[in-house]
Amino acid sequence: MLYAMLIYQDETAAKAATEAEMQESVALFEAFQHQMDAAGHVQGGQRLRHSDTATSVRVRDGKTMVTDGPYAETKEQLGGFYLMECADLDQAIEVAAQIPTAVSGVIEVRPVFTDPFGP
Amino acid sequence: MTPTVTAIPWPADPSAARQPWTPRSDHRVQSTEMDNVQTVLEDVVRQDGGRLLAALISRFGDFELAEDCLQDAYAAALDAWSRRGLPVNPAGWLMTTARNRAVDRLRRAGTLRGKLTQVAFNRGQSPISRDPPLPDSIPDERLKLIFTCCHPALGIESQVALTLRTLGGLTTEEIARAFLIPTATLAQRVVRAKRKVSRAGIPFRVPEPPQLPERLEAVMAVVYLIFNEGYSAGSGESLIRADLSQEAIRLGEVLVDLLDAEGLVAHLPEAIGLLALMRLHDSRRPARLDTDGELVLLEDQDRTRWDIQEQRRGLEDLDRALAMNQIGPYQVQAAISAVHVRADSYRETDWPEIVALYTALDAMSPSPIVKLNRAVAIGMAHGPGDGLTALETLADDPSLAGYAPLYAARADLLSRAGLTDDAISAYRRALELTENEIEARFFRRRLEELANSKTSGRSEKGGASA
Repeated sequence: MLYAMLIYQDETAAKAATEAEMQESVALFEAFQHQMDAAGHVQGGQRLRHSDTATSVRVRDGKTMVTDGPYAETKEQLGGFYLMECADLDQAIEVAAQIPTAVSGVIEVRPVFTDPFGP
Repeated sequence: MTPTVTAIPWPADPSAARQPWTPRSDHRVQSTEMDNVQTVLEDVVRQDGGRLLAALISRFGDFELAEDCLQDAYAAALDAWSRRGLPVNPAGWLMTTARNRAVDRLRRAGTLRGKLTQVAFNRGQSPISRDPPLPDSIPDERLKLIFTCCHPALGIESQVALTLRTLGGLTTEEIARAFLIPTATLAQRVVRAKRKVSRAGIPFRVPEPPQLPERLEAVMAVVYLIFNEGYSAGSGESLIRADLSQEAIRLGEVLVDLLDAEGLVAHLPEAIGLLALMRLHDSRRPARLDTDGELVLLEDQDRTRWDIQEQRRGLEDLDRALAMNQIGPYQVQAAISAVHVRADSYRETDWPEIVALYTALDAMSPSPIVKLNRAVAIGMAHGPGDGLTALETLADDPSLAGYAPLYAARADLLSRAGLTDDAISAYRRALELTENEIEARFFRRRLEELANSKTSGRSEKGGASA
């Protein structure tokens, strides 16, 4: 089954990180991704820029409304995601628990539709 | 005539099962037999429902599909059995019907080939057989089912609902009534839960050894929660809802049997300990409420009303668990309960032993509630003063703030120490905090008694501790 692993984290902490800390975090992610790729899990994934670069778009009555900022102003923001192929939820939980920021933030694991236009 | 509800006779001759119908001699079924059919069906569901569901999930690899088709089969059985008489092998009939429904649905959805190829490959059996399977030939996969239902990815309420619905013998209506929620709410909860199992990919298997202890703990917590829900309600009038407790005991038995059958002996002591604990608690049930439905404290219970047979079973279970030499929290709690049931009276209870057991329990799984109980036991073993001292350390624990039993325990120790005025204010606090009507009535009664003891001249110095 394909799972999306949405990586939520406290951005203030990330912003306050020193250059060395940042490099360390990147190295951790690289190692994790390498390992998961070798195990055949990784199907995709991206790192997102901070939520202060986000733009929210809504169309109401044919009018496009644009606002500055993320959809939800919460302490923990979506910072990136992976698409991981796993046998079942137990394996997905195991994989998610190894995402480096799982120890400080939260990983939301969501199953992905096999056929996006199917039932 | 009422059909036997405890044992469905299975045909000794397997060929008998090949006939889809073996009508009884008077195969012209009367409409009054509709009730009998219902009773027989309910009994088959109780007896074999979990096993059937587990086998179907195993066969089709889809929890939601299996559950839906089994429900369809139950509905079809009511109709078919009323019109054509009971099949010789009702469980086999249900299995065949549910399986055919599943095949139909998959065929319509165009996914049959994929699913069945996979299943046939996995299980090395031919995908479709026309014979109703005999119960012995239906593999018992309920342990996997228990772990699926109690998966931590489901909320605790969903875990409880799903476990009761799929492994228990209560109907949706009965479960809803026991939890004091509308049937529709419970039904909705079950629908959502089984959908999540299917869609999120919650596996149907016994967890691997690294996860097994943690996951088994979750299973036992669900069973014990069901028991406690039946033993003492958190709110509302019905303090004792025996059905749920009985159901939890039955689930506890099933769990022990399945762990045993799977050779998971390392996990047996605690599972048996849980069973012992539930039975020992349950053996005191007949004395917990008086004829007016009022709560009777352990101290005041008529011990001759305790269920001796259940008590004996509980003590046997405890001995069996302890003999395995792998102590754990459920066994210790059962041991505490055993000290109580063995005592001739509250006063003659071996309180130092109970203090020692609570100390051991607190070391294994520290909890403010355990410390509270320990303080009460200290009060009995060494006098109310020591009990109050032990309680003092708990007064500031935030998790006990607003916990009525803390104030009730304090009030009891204070009244034993002869400090009636302080006892009264502690009972008043407990009364403010409780949401349980029967508990509230008990606190009011104690308040009245304390007020009377004051006016009848028993001053603070000559209190109940004498």
